[in-house]
Amino acid sequence: MNLAFRDISYHRGRFILTSIGLGLLLGVVMSMGGIYRGLFADAMAVLDFTKADIWVVQQNTNGPFAESSRIPEDIKYRIKAVPGVAEASPLSFQTIQIERMGKPFRFFLIGYDLNGFGGPPVIIAGRAIRQKHYEMVVAQAMKMEIGEKIRLGLHDYTVVGITGKIVSSGGDPAAYVTLADAQDIQFKKDNNAIRNDRERIGANLAGIQSISPAQAKFLKQNIAAITESTHTVNTVVARLAPGANLHEVQERISRWNHFRPLSVEDQTRILTKGMIEKARMQLGLFRVILLVISAVIISLIIYTSTLDKIKVIATLKLIGSPNRVIIVMILQQSLLMGVIAYGIGYLLILLTHEKFPRRIVLEPLDLQGLFVIVIAICTISSFVGIRKALKVEPAEALGG
Amino acid sequence: MEPAGFLANTKKLSFPERVHMHAVEVENLTKIYGKGETAVTAIADASFQVRPGELVAILGPSGSGKTTLLTSIGLINEPTHGKVVIDGAMVADEGWLPGLDLKRLRREKLGFIFQAHNLIPFLTALENVMIALEINHLSKNEAKSRATELLTSLNLGHRLESYPMSLSGGEAQRVAIARALANKPKVILADEPTAALDTENGKNVMDLLKKLAVENHSAILVVTHDQRMVEGFDRIFHVDDGRITGMN
Repeated sequence: MNLAFRDISYHRGRFILTSIGLGLLLGVVMSMGGIYRGLFADAMAVLDFTKADIWVVQQNTNGPFAESSRIPEDIKYRIKAVPGVAEASPLSFQTIQIERMGKPFRFFLIGYDLNGFGGPPVIIAGRAIRQKHYEMVVAQAMKMEIGEKIRLGLHDYTVVGITGKIVSSGGDPAAYVTLADAQDIQFKKDNNAIRNDRERIGANLAGIQSISPAQAKFLKQNIAAITESTHTVNTVVARLAPGANLHEVQERISRWNHFRPLSVEDQTRILTKGMIEKARMQLGLFRVILLVISAVIISLIIYTSTLDKIKVIATLKLIGSPNRVIIVMILQQSLLMGVIAYGIGYLLILLTHEKFPRRIVLEPLDLQGLFVIVIAICTISSFVGIRKALKVEPAEALGG
Repeated sequence: MEPAGFLANTKKLSFPERVHMHAVEVENLTKIYGKGETAVTAIADASFQVRPGELVAILGPSGSGKTTLLTSIGLINEPTHGKVVIDGAMVADEGWLPGLDLKRLRREKLGFIFQAHNLIPFLTALENVMIALEINHLSKNEAKSRATELLTSLNLGHRLESYPMSLSGGEAQRVAIARALANKPKVILADEPTAALDTENGKNVMDLLKKLAVENHSAILVVTHDQRMVEGFDRIFHVDDGRITGMN
């Protein structure tokens, strides 16, 4: 006869409530682990989906995600000419926040070369971008309709396709436009700003005594062309040919001035160690605290439950029950509580994790590890009750 | 020193010979709580024997040492001095004998009935009796069969699946009696078994104990403070201030 099951069955209301409470606690622990994994997955999302071997960014920066990086677009040709490089493609990134339906609407805009790579990895509705201007593909999380228009910069853009769960390292959903459009949105100034810039350049040049008015006019036109140019990107990504040596290619590009070639490993380290390290530590700390709280709660519950059963334990000892029967009863109750609470927590997080504002990734290894920890906590917590039970004297069963 | 009264009409046997005739034998049993100036003698120099099938009442006011006497015989309270023999096995001689498995002896030789029945609240009537059998290594089926038989014999066949909370006082006490009898003990110790019952139920329980003493050939010692309940008992030990002052 299993005394633990009998006791739980008889007091099922109390047991269920306790398990639900503990289950909520464990659910929060699971979600924190999932949030950390989600942070990692989000940080790596664009990196993974782009499938590039090298990310060429501005020298002395950790761009394009951790830091700002600006390089000329045409460097792609030079990179493509490096032995071992199969293809190279420029990309631009920027975070945009506009108003949509009266609420702030924030997303991560990726500009890509239609003839290159780095665009939407999959189209789940509508189609890919075909025209050079004013079309966009948006992530599912942006909840936009095919055909919907939004104003970005100086123009309206039409949603032609929906892609999957692509996000920035900050968790903002991604949208794709052509590189030319992204550059316009990011760098193109409005007419007033352009006129002001030209006036300022003209005024500066007019102040230089050593050049003639004709020279000043010529210089003004060329300088304006340079300052108004939008052919800047955040990175040029490259894919290597089969058998090419990554380090050799990196070494060659490193020798150029003004550029830094980062491998996927380098970017991963920058993203995980730099950007999400503090969040990881904080979440880890909270998980530990919550597990300690769970251990204390389970110990208290088992101890209180044992106190409630002092007379029962004394009676069992009096009629000759070995200590093993009593120890197993208390231990089994503690373990059952832990297992059921874990199940409730798991079910809760499974049903709700899609509704969290940030991605939650439930890794089987994390969940299994947590299960083992919960079992260990329940076992150790039961020692408090077991110790109390072993001290009970059979004589306590006597008397009214 | 031979105890006064009881052995006057019996054959004078040596201690080892007397051992094998009795279910319980107690010689100069003394229990002292505490030490020095705060020492309290709960029982002093108690000596008696109880035969199998005999029903004995231990009568006395509150605090007289009745329960201490019972718990010393019941292998719960270690005697300070004296000898205790249960079913021919010496269990105490100036304290418990070394290496004694008290739990096993209680399980196999003794049955307990309490004032408050002490049934396990989360087990049914049947399971309360079964647990006593299962801890004595009977299989689940054997335990169930024996428990059902016992409860049915005590007119509780219709209450097997009831929890203690839904049993009347008399029914609960009968379940407790069934549990005490489950392992066919040589000695049954009952501590105020009728204190929580009304007069009629109390009388019914006492009548049942008398019947069981004869049928099962178990020695039954009943602690009580109620003189009215001891009619029909084979003997009555009067305990006062830690001493057995009379054996009727």
